[in-house]
Amino acid sequence: MNIHEYQAKQIFAKYGVPTPRGIIANTPSQAMTNAQELGGNVWVVKAQIHAGGRGLGGGVKLARSLAEVKTLASEILGMTLVTHQTGPEGKLVQKIYIEEGADIKDELYLGIVLDRAKEMPVIMASTEGGMAIEDVAHNTPEKIIKVAVDPAIGFQAYHGRELAFGLGLAKEEQGKFIKFAAALYKLYMENDAEMIEINPLIKTGSGDFLALDGKMGFDDSALGRHPEIEDMRDLSEEDADEREASRYGLSYISLDGEIGCMVNGAGLAMGTMDTINYMGGTPANFLDVGGSANAETVAKGFQIILKNPNVKAIFVNIFGGIVRCDRIANGILEATKLVDVHVPVIVRLDGTNAPEAAEILKNANIANVIVASDLADGAAKAVRAAKGE
Amino acid sequence: MSILVNKDTKVIVQGFTGKEGSFHAEQCMAYGTKIVGGVTPNKGGQEHLGQPVFNTVREAVAATGATVSMIFVPPAFVADAVMEAADAGIELAVIITEGAPVRDMQAAKAFAVKHGMMTIGPNCPGIITAEECKIGIMPGMIFKKGNVGLISKSGTLTYEGANQVCKEGFGITTAVGIGGDPIIGLSYKQLLPMFEADPETEAIVMIGEIGGDLEIQAAAYIKEHITKPVVAFIAGQSAPAGKRMGHAGAIVSGGAGTAAEKMAALTAAGVRVVVSPAEIGKAVAEVLAKKK
Repeated sequence: MNIHEYQAKQIFAKYGVPTPRGIIANTPSQAMTNAQELGGNVWVVKAQIHAGGRGLGGGVKLARSLAEVKTLASEILGMTLVTHQTGPEGKLVQKIYIEEGADIKDELYLGIVLDRAKEMPVIMASTEGGMAIEDVAHNTPEKIIKVAVDPAIGFQAYHGRELAFGLGLAKEEQGKFIKFAAALYKLYMENDAEMIEINPLIKTGSGDFLALDGKMGFDDSALGRHPEIEDMRDLSEEDADEREASRYGLSYISLDGEIGCMVNGAGLAMGTMDTINYMGGTPANFLDVGGSANAETVAKGFQIILKNPNVKAIFVNIFGGIVRCDRIANGILEATKLVDVHVPVIVRLDGTNAPEAAEILKNANIANVIVASDLADGAAKAVRAAKGE
Repeated sequence: MSILVNKDTKVIVQGFTGKEGSFHAEQCMAYGTKIVGGVTPNKGGQEHLGQPVFNTVREAVAATGATVSMIFVPPAFVADAVMEAADAGIELAVIITEGAPVRDMQAAKAFAVKHGMMTIGPNCPGIITAEECKIGIMPGMIFKKGNVGLISKSGTLTYEGANQVCKEGFGITTAVGIGGDPIIGLSYKQLLPMFEADPETEAIVMIGEIGGDLEIQAAAYIKEHITKPVVAFIAGQSAPAGKRMGHAGAIVSGGAGTAAEKMAALTAAGVRVVVSPAEIGKAVAEVLAKKK
């Protein structure tokens, strides 16, 4: 789960990670009131969406008067912001964050993610603040300092020194920076974060470090023990179909192809998409119906897949293990009664009781249900059906 | 022969009396697995599925001599269960549960390693030595005894792969579902040498997916140390970047962990890489024919 910049900064503040002061707003007049309350004569109006690259997309603007705050706020609120992370359809801006202007002397990068190879969190720092870290990693990997922290010992002073010297910080800057990094590590661990990114982390004219931006993602499996973070969930930022699917225990991701897929198991679901592609078709979605597919989940799966107008055929690919195929076949028959399935459905059922399942489907004799003998046969038939052959 | 488990392996179940634990323990026993007891706190002294229940793993190990534990406890208690098993001298913990927090698994795995306990999973179907011992949730009847070892991050692709291998007239020595989480126990790199050393295994199937670099590490290891033919499939070639594909660990982040880079590394290591899982069986038949 991801949260907005303003929410990340609320968590930062709780842990003593310094940020500029700011207030969230939903309307232009509220934005102006917020700016007035913050005081000063320079403010930043920032679109709040779950995607990076907001500045380049025109979602972050500097205002030099209260009137300008209001004008910019009315421009940004309600705009559809397109960045390299939103996809071409962009994201609607519904909230803006009004922040006091900062005296930027230098821009750095600081982030924490799980290093899967080392199996511990790794703190990443760079002097190349303000640039996409993927680009820095690609073009100038030597400019990223990585310090893995073993949670068994936690963040030690030497971790801080490795980062500070790596960034070339002056002696009088080191203490403040190390304190900043230590607080960030603490909040990463205590909140079961999956990633934190501060880009840029700025050095001010007076020698302070401030988180000018803040991005956080959390381990979904750990949200149960962090109700206060779960409360920060912004449903409008999540795909409605994916959310609906998850309520039924289905894992769904929409793609831009033509063949709807309904599969049990994440690996086989990906493998099915790959096979469709390999055979010259295009998958319309990823859908894992889980280990206990039944009539209800199958019906729900059909419903969600068919919401997508691009779908020209559906490939149901189930390898029945503990779940018997004959029961799934009956589930499919029931589902076709519950949902109007108007495209060809190619069904491949293998594993426990597969011959019985094939018999059930054959006897039911439903016009647009096509039985396939194995994965390759099913994918081939689905590709042909989608092409209208 | 086989790797890690066989017909003599003594297994206990943590979360023995729960719904999932009971159902699958019974299935494993029907397959022939020596389930010698289980652990459910406050149910010690009772009998379940004809086997004794203990309050702690330490008691269960002392009374039964079990060396392997199959773990079915709910996600929030997985780390505790794994650490208890390690502390009690269990040699291998097979963690079936899906949805354990990453931070918990990090700590639990580090503790297990320190105590010399191997782990498989979490979020996996388990391990099976065909026609001898099944510790997990896989459908036993598709695994016919044979000469192919299988390692997979995905449950249903394990079944798909094993089924194809058997349909080609071969069979499985041992199949290990290593799990699809960001932090897992035994990986390709630790399991490959076991299959290399197993006299009955003549070929190895390796099924991976997007995310992380375990397959890349495996490729480097295969190049240097594995003489038996390896067939590999990497799921998620058509997965969009930045999206988590069902498994917690199946995500391409920052452009790293793509199927393409893994397939290239494995191909360069001399592995027979197939583009679709539908070709695993045929590829195994080919590499085994070539060997003869």
